Amino acid sequence: MEQVSRAFRISAEKEVLALNDVTLNVKEGEVFGLLGPNGAGKTTLIKILATLLLPSKGKAFVAGYDVVKDSSKVRKVINLVSGGETPGYGSITTRENLWFFSQLYGLPKEEATKRMVKLSEELALEEYLNTRSHKLSTGYRQRLNLARGLINDPKVLFLDEPTLGLDVITAKRMRQIIRNRVKNNSGNSILITTHYMIEADQICDRIAIIDRGKIIALGTPAELKKMVSKQTIVSIEMQPIDDMSFVSSVAGVSGYSQADELSTGSIKIKVILDHEAVLQNVIQAVSSRGGKIFGIAKAEPTLEDVYIALVGKGFEQFT
Amino acid sequence: MSSLHDLEVNLRAAIARARVRIKGTIHDPAWMIAEMIIPMFSIGGFILLYKALGAPASYSGYVIVGGAMIAFWTNMLWGMAAQFYWEKEVGNLEIYFVAPISRMAILLGMALGSIITMLLRVFGIIFFGILLFNVSLNIADPMAVTIIFSLTLASLYSLGMVFSSLYLLWGREAWKLNELMVEPTYFLSGFFFQIRGNAAVPLALQVASSIIPMTFGLDGLRKVLVLGQSTQFVLLEISVLVVFSVILFVAARYVLRYMENLGKKEGRLTLRWQ
Repeated sequence: MEQVSRAFRISAEKEVLALNDVTLNVKEGEVFGLLGPNGAGKTTLIKILATLLLPSKGKAFVAGYDVVKDSSKVRKVINLVSGGETPGYGSITTRENLWFFSQLYGLPKEEATKRMVKLSEELALEEYLNTRSHKLSTGYRQRLNLARGLINDPKVLFLDEPTLGLDVITAKRMRQIIRNRVKNNSGNSILITTHYMIEADQICDRIAIIDRGKIIALGTPAELKKMVSKQTIVSIEMQPIDDMSFVSSVAGVSGYSQADELSTGSIKIKVILDHEAVLQNVIQAVSSRGGKIFGIAKAEPTLEDVYIALVGKGFEQFT
Repeated sequence: MSSLHDLEVNLRAAIARARVRIKGTIHDPAWMIAEMIIPMFSIGGFILLYKALGAPASYSGYVIVGGAMIAFWTNMLWGMAAQFYWEKEVGNLEIYFVAPISRMAILLGMALGSIITMLLRVFGIIFFGILLFNVSLNIADPMAVTIIFSLTLASLYSLGMVFSSLYLLWGREAWKLNELMVEPTYFLSGFFFQIRGNAAVPLALQVASSIIPMTFGLDGLRKVLVLGQSTQFVLLEISVLVVFSVILFVAARYVLRYMENLGKKEGRLTLRWQ
């Protein structure tokens, strides 16, 4: 992708720049992650590469083909799976749906059958092959969706939030399958968008962090975490205060994220400090606003901390 | 070699799409039975009215033919033209548009599947019409019936392909267009009475009805199915339907491509945009 931008007109006067001059290169045989909050531009980027959207500016190539000029060649080597959607037809069975998907890629009968058997084994769908799709649970529908994405053995697979809304076990299984696919077949690449930090950390070889349409960091998970290795990360559990934005104005604080602890009624803030001594200033700032601190713990750097350090706030603070 | 392979892929996709529609219908036979029985109420109403007025027996035959063909018209509007709207809503449009197939192949598959499932309904209507209202059909030239029927469907579903491209972008707005086209077309195409050559229908209306392929299809079918006429008496209908089919099919190809590009430009092909 070379300097790709994409704008959307949302009213007569207003235009939103969903992608802003993005340049990136996904290597053959890698799982590449795009990490960012909702509205960061991840889906726009994937849709451009999957030939569903035209870029407003710049050029994009998939497997060497221009996504605008050679879109029909691109479609022969790709597939796209969007999480939270359940494509296919509810009135027909899982087997019939899989057969239908295979025919959109012109697979001969033997090949289609072989792949259907293999995929239904890998995704534990065998038991539900004769079940009508509308009777499948969300998790099994998403398995069917992933099977659809793999049915043509794509050279480049785009996964847009593939584990969105899934239970822990199904999400874990899907991550394993995604990881194994690249491990077993080094020629194939996967571009995955997610806003789950753990998911990105577990399965991606490299990750680009995207924020408001711009790539703000790119590297392996280890390289990204190294970006905050010189900083101190602390987790503070405290009594809720209406407006926590004062934390970011404390000198030496790179950023913070906030999460509610529903079981205790408290909140947990994760603060990225330039050095350990800044913690004292944070404690003072909280105390001066009447905040009661229940506990403080030092934390190991995660991808979330990288994001907080770069943007100044966590994903959950985006609305 | 490559274009032959592409043709094979597209044919497979079209057959698979047709199969989905047929399988879906088979899995839900109650719907099919209802589709056969419910239209009999309006068909029966018109037949009884004509009988009460002492109209010629052929009028009852006209109603049966019109009532049977309504199935294809409504199916074209709601089951084909509107289909891309539904496909977009459930996320299937994305599947089609990232697959290496022509959009026409998908539409062709929808049309084939619809025609096969609708044929059952049509046979049901004719069967019940004959059984319940003692309507007689007079087929002297089966070849003429086949030609007119095939051309009517070809022009009708080509029109459906044009409409479906509008649904790609317009969504709910195009929905209203469909609603607008139901009742006026019932009237203008003469589903329950003959329009062209009918002295009771003003000339302006007869001319207006000529822009709808169904009008010529119904006229032709009534001649060969009810009046027992042969091919030589329906040459005008055949010629007009051929012209309609070719123009609409070619138009559908271009309109579809144009709308798809516009959709990609404006980001309206899929629901999620960021």
